[in-house]
Amino acid sequence: MAEGELKLLGIWGSQFVIRVKMILEQKGLSYEYQEENFANKSELLLKHNPVHKKVPVLIHGDRAICESLVILQYIDENWSGTGPPVLPANPYDRAIARFWAVYIDDKLLPLLLDTLKAETEEAKAEKIAGIHAVLEMLEEAFKKCSAGKAFFGGDSIGYLDVTLGSYLAWIRAEERIIEAKLLDETKMPLLVEWENRFLAADCVKKTLPSVERVEALGRVLIAKEREARLAK
Amino acid sequence: MATSNGPVLLDFWVSPFGQRVRIAMAEKGIEYEYKEEDLFNKSELLLNSNPVHKKVPVLIHDGKTICESLIIMEYVDEVWSGKVKLLPSDSYQRAQARFWADFSSKVYECGTRVWKLKGEKQEAAKKEMIEMLKLFEAELGNKTYFGGDTFGFVDTALIPFTSWFYTYETFGNFSIKEVTPKIGAWAKRCMERESVAKALYEPNKVYEFVCFLKKYYGIE
Repeated sequence: MAEGELKLLGIWGSQFVIRVKMILEQKGLSYEYQEENFANKSELLLKHNPVHKKVPVLIHGDRAICESLVILQYIDENWSGTGPPVLPANPYDRAIARFWAVYIDDKLLPLLLDTLKAETEEAKAEKIAGIHAVLEMLEEAFKKCSAGKAFFGGDSIGYLDVTLGSYLAWIRAEERIIEAKLLDETKMPLLVEWENRFLAADCVKKTLPSVERVEALGRVLIAKEREARLAK
Repeated sequence: MATSNGPVLLDFWVSPFGQRVRIAMAEKGIEYEYKEEDLFNKSELLLNSNPVHKKVPVLIHDGKTICESLIIMEYVDEVWSGKVKLLPSDSYQRAQARFWADFSSKVYECGTRVWKLKGEKQEAAKKEMIEMLKLFEAELGNKTYFGGDTFGFVDTALIPFTSWFYTYETFGNFSIKEVTPKIGAWAKRCMERESVAKALYEPNKVYEFVCFLKKYYGIE
């Protein structure tokens, strides 16, 4: 691969991959995308992420960078002169953005998966309450981080916007599947307004998969899960 | 001695995450006030400073709170950007350091399963622990430190967990030292640094603490 060329290994539905695509788009960086198949991982993936064997992997010339949040920071630092900054300039604001990004991935993803897998109405309700609690925390975080501006990152979409924003298709798809509101305008009005602004951005329109497509994938995954459970 | 306007670290003596921050602060020569927290009876200050997780370490600086050990380390490296830098300056080296530092936290999570669980689950955790440490050995290679010639971000992130190896070995009935000698040698080199020697406790003390935890939580 030529020096300076970018290649992204990913899976279309992965939030972790989507957020990297969003930032690459926003920075106006051209890259080659390779769709991976988890049942049959490519040589390139196994070579460049031998530790975790997961996506996303950003290959930049002869370098491989793994872990989505590490990749976002790499793009920020390596192309600091191009496009808007990914992380804020101030060290404290950076620490806050990093804190909430870790929180989102730690809390939101397991809850979203557990809600889909919940076998009783009671279990489902408990998980939904858990998601609401997390989103309510993020509503408060938005107030502080945005300081009255359009995004967590301020005037432009940044690190925390794409970390949470990459979940939006999944959140809205899941609402259709479980027939319950997760991102509720009565409970998290600021986040819903932020969502509308976020979805209108070019870098998001080009990269976030449609809710319909994610819903179809979600239903397939649930069916497979049920089959596996019944087979035991 | 730190003034009341200087940084304050809320911490717990044996917390490896707190030790990461203590080592980082010492390496960078930052004066601060250390406040020991009773994790079994958390203070108002801790609960107010870290309402989301209610955990240590927490750094209080300029009236603001910073939580999560690796995030505190990055903050400290950026704010006190003098001569000693924990992260390298090259963007790719920084990405590598962040990757391995993040991975090092899994050593603790895996180790906790080793001392808490029994049977198949414990065996799985033991296997995982050795695999992880071998990956770290490969990454270290023949370097003095993970940072190369200089002690850095990954060294700081990983070293506190080495004082827990004796505990894992004893409860897991397996040897970590024998199968990962390079890690042992690296740990010894790190322990020669004042910042590390002052922050870490003797493996026996850590073992005593975990025995206490097992009793407290009623784990066999």
